[in-house]
Amino acid sequence: MDKDILEKINNPKLSYPRVAYGKTLVELGQQNDKIVVVDADLAKSTKTAYFQEKFPHRFFDMGISEADMVTTAAGISSCGFTVFASTFSIFLTGRAWEQIRNTVAYGNFNVKLVATHAGITVGPDGASHQALEDIALISAIPNMKIMAGGDYLSTVNLVKLIAEQKGPFYLRLPRCKAVELYSDTDKFHLGGSQQLSSGNDITIISYGLMLQRSLSAAQELNKQGIKARVIDMYSIKPFDYDAVLSAAGETKGIVVAEEHTIKGGLGSQIATFLSQHQPTKIKYVSMKDEFGRSGEPQELLDHYQLTSNSIVEKSLEIIND
Amino acid sequence: MSLNNNYTELKNICKQIRKDIITMIYHAGSGHPGGSLSLVEIMVALYFGGILNYKPDKPDWSDRDRLVLSKGHAAPVLYAVLAKAGYFPQEDLNSLRKIDSYLQGHPHNLSTPGVEVPTGSLGQGLSIAHGIALGLRVLKNKARVFAIVGDGELEEGSIWETAMSAGYYRSGNLTAIIDYNHLQIDGNLNEVKSPEPITDKFAAFNWQVVEVDGHDLPQLLDELSKPINHDQKPKAIIAHTVKGKGISFMENVVDWHGVAPNQEQYQKAMEELNG
Repeated sequence: MDKDILEKINNPKLSYPRVAYGKTLVELGQQNDKIVVVDADLAKSTKTAYFQEKFPHRFFDMGISEADMVTTAAGISSCGFTVFASTFSIFLTGRAWEQIRNTVAYGNFNVKLVATHAGITVGPDGASHQALEDIALISAIPNMKIMAGGDYLSTVNLVKLIAEQKGPFYLRLPRCKAVELYSDTDKFHLGGSQQLSSGNDITIISYGLMLQRSLSAAQELNKQGIKARVIDMYSIKPFDYDAVLSAAGETKGIVVAEEHTIKGGLGSQIATFLSQHQPTKIKYVSMKDEFGRSGEPQELLDHYQLTSNSIVEKSLEIIND
Repeated sequence: MSLNNNYTELKNICKQIRKDIITMIYHAGSGHPGGSLSLVEIMVALYFGGILNYKPDKPDWSDRDRLVLSKGHAAPVLYAVLAKAGYFPQEDLNSLRKIDSYLQGHPHNLSTPGVEVPTGSLGQGLSIAHGIALGLRVLKNKARVFAIVGDGELEEGSIWETAMSAGYYRSGNLTAIIDYNHLQIDGNLNEVKSPEPITDKFAAFNWQVVEVDGHDLPQLLDELSKPINHDQKPKAIIAHTVKGKGISFMENVVDWHGVAPNQEQYQKAMEELNG
């Protein structure tokens, strides 16, 4: 494996992607007076509070009313604004789903839905707060595009990217700190991905906090003489079709690792794509059809077998099949 | 536009709009006549009584007043009025609900010139309208925003989320007009789930509330033309209306909420409107 990435996972520097979001919003707000931000009483957690402090006249706290927040964001955007709307993933994509579908997406408004606290790693708050269905819910809506921040710098880049692009986006961010994987020179684009580790034996496709465990799995496989290609599929809809086709053609199969239910996550969507274009062996390290529970983030990942060991096992199953 | 006090002319426009609504729905074979007919005077007062500022040849004009038909199933009255205003040819009205038509069953901003936002799923339009009101505030733009809300639509919880938001933010540039025709699909509002007391509810959410006869053009124009204070309370106008207004056999009959007239009924309706 590449020394640089080994150094990053073996001597990890940790930081909050949601802090990157808040700080980047302030940067965007300074450059562009057509940026407006709305939140639903979670500004201190989502970090939109940084923007609120700097630009109080371009920030609206809609209170604990996520449905109203989403449709309000659409209305504001119709006046020529790029509107960022934030709360926790479960409330944004769940509570306000029909507002997202029938107003934001159907009207193709310039609204950027940026949710923090996605996935099982929300932790002790438990199942009510752990969004494990958000990718499935938003992928099913036409016009919606989806991104996932995997570390601090990728989040900075993705926030800037969705601000530049017209139309509705969903950006998924975790609650927890993430290992810093990227450098200032890394570039991100719609429908793109990043290959974090090269290899032609097996491909591990992941995003978000599972990147860290995917890279650990690759390191373990490497010890066994197996070269794993690790891809950060930060652009989930559309995903990087070329990278997936290459992986299918050049490696023995694909393991998709995600903090999301197996039903309708990135894994499902890659499978749908490959079944039509290049049938390939695919295994999944994802949440099964069940709710989460309280616990510390790392304990939960272990409990639900979202582990580097699982990724290694699934990789070996494909290779030895 | 200047205030149009020629009530005879406005009444003639109302009659024409009613004919357009019935004809469109007859040709479509489906649609919502009752709640379209109850809105005719309100929509004519707004578009042809000098209330709304708009430019049909420039639908995106930044200083235009905005109208959001939150009760999107009344699309026929919106389309008839937009065609009359010059947003698109009147002969296209009868393509309503047809495949390849730009007149969708419920309003869609990307399909139809003059339609600001998508509506049809009740409870969302008022909130979008309030978002527009906030956006105009940031722009320091003095345009007004009108949302037309169904009385049954007040049963949607999201309406009251917005009522609280607009009252809290003192969005005085927002006016909600409640089409109080007393009927919803399952029956009279009182027999389904009455939203009363409506006046007290909006007042409690820090709105200014007035009541008008929603078919009385002078009353409507008087109320709608009153100056607003942009950083004061939003206004709710409770417009007392008759569902199916103008066609005797449709008036106050709940079954005319969402069905098209057959040929015989269509002819009878047109005879009444021509009479």
